[in-house]
Amino acid sequence: MEPLLEVKNLTRTFRGREKKEFAAVDHVSFCLYPGETLGIVGESGSGKSTVARLITGLTDVTEGEIYLKGKKITGRKGRAFREVCRQCQMVFQSPAGSFDPRRTLGDGIGESLENSGMKKAERQRRVAELLRRCGLPEEYAARYPHEVSGGECQRAAIARALAIEPELLICDEATSSLDVTVQKQVMELLAGLREENGVAYVFICHDLALVQQFCSRVLVMQDGRIVEEGTPDEVILRPREDYTRRLVEAVL
Amino acid sequence: MSGQASTVTVRRQIAKKDYTKVRLILFTALVAALLLTAIFAEWICPYDPYEQDLSNALQPPCAAHPFGTDRYGRDMLSRIIVGSRASIFSALALVAIIAVAGTVIGVICGYYGGVVDGILMRVSDVFLAFPSLIFAMAIAAVLNGGIQNAVLALAVISWPKYARLARGQTLAVRQSEYIAAARLSGSSSFRIILRHVIPNIAGTVLVTAMLDIGVMMMEIAALSFLGLGAQPPTAEWGSMMSSGRSMLQTYPWVVLTPGLAIFVSVVLFNLLGDTVRDWMAPGSARKKRN
Repeated sequence: MEPLLEVKNLTRTFRGREKKEFAAVDHVSFCLYPGETLGIVGESGSGKSTVARLITGLTDVTEGEIYLKGKKITGRKGRAFREVCRQCQMVFQSPAGSFDPRRTLGDGIGESLENSGMKKAERQRRVAELLRRCGLPEEYAARYPHEVSGGECQRAAIARALAIEPELLICDEATSSLDVTVQKQVMELLAGLREENGVAYVFICHDLALVQQFCSRVLVMQDGRIVEEGTPDEVILRPREDYTRRLVEAVL
Repeated sequence: MSGQASTVTVRRQIAKKDYTKVRLILFTALVAALLLTAIFAEWICPYDPYEQDLSNALQPPCAAHPFGTDRYGRDMLSRIIVGSRASIFSALALVAIIAVAGTVIGVICGYYGGVVDGILMRVSDVFLAFPSLIFAMAIAAVLNGGIQNAVLALAVISWPKYARLARGQTLAVRQSEYIAAARLSGSSSFRIILRHVIPNIAGTVLVTAMLDIGVMMMEIAALSFLGLGAQPPTAEWGSMMSSGRSMLQTYPWVVLTPGLAIFVSVVLFNLLGDTVRDWMAPGSARKKRN
């Protein structure tokens, strides 16, 4: 089977203090198949979020290639960038911060639809449908981000990501800022979408228990490199690497 | 104990909230009155501000002429009322021009960065490095007097402040996740700037602009005072003060009344600007929008 997403030798360096370069992501390679859920775990600063931003194109790649359905998507700009966005969406870490404080949730969810030329009436119908599907009442389309709770806002963010029916959804710590019960609801929503639509996920998380439940494969990252890869049970229950063992022990 | 302390804080916040709102209403009303006076100046003023009556020259304030008359026997009150049009509207126009131009430049610099940013910011550094009024005088002198040219001269030197402000704000907004989300929603840069960046920085720019109206009014008056702004016989507060300056000791009202007009309107605009800033500040009592 052809991989949905193929990442080859992905590297991103940043210039730190005294012009010293350091690699936030260092020659990372992995594949993701349609409908699969790939977890990426690692401590803060291990480069997980940078990987997410590199795949979506929000951050430019220093070196290496990314292929989406066999097509090279690295270095894309303008129209080509927007074309890839139709297939690859992202759910951000901070629920309220990912919506413009001056625009309604409905405006945010409908933005991609509007950009693809959908008329207002149809867009409103579609936004209402998306909200319902993500477990929110339709009226939330008229709410502002500060008027809803974190969990509700994150559901709206998922609705936004789903609006143009992407095949790949990248969740960058999407549940980290939510409390446990809300987290569970959001995870159920994500799992439901996976079953209904066959969405593939890159699930970036530092909660190993969640990863174990939700992912079919896990990458462990340290200092921008992948140090271990395998099924959740292999990685979490029988870690081979010292670093992974420490990561697991830290949770337990 | 802590419960009591928090009650006190809450009460203080409530008190502050009402205060800000009262101030806002009061100063808005006063500024509105000032603007209405300027708009309807010709209908309000008791005498023709340009009609000379030499037999009545340099009358001290009295019932018929509350602000006295100038050396040509023109009614000072009428001249001040009519002069408000030139003084206030040119300041408003000036602030509008520099706020819009500066914001556009700053947003472009902040959003796109790179070479354009470097060049425009160095240019703005050049303008910020000169004492502004002296630079404005030089430009106004080259352009030859006239109130439009004074506004133009001040606009040329005053935009960098707004460009800097807008650039900084844009850099902050650009980092936010909602801009990333908008990009992923397929919005073009132009659309993101128009829809997300500008609305989110408009508040800060607006407050700065409000606080700037008074400053600009004084700068225009200063240029006019120096003969580089409004030309006689146009009634304008700065040039009125200038034409009466030799009579400060003998007929002080000719200088003091337009000075008072400048003072009062500058203070009013500043108070309104301050109040709007307090009202918009985070953590203030302002209800969250909508």
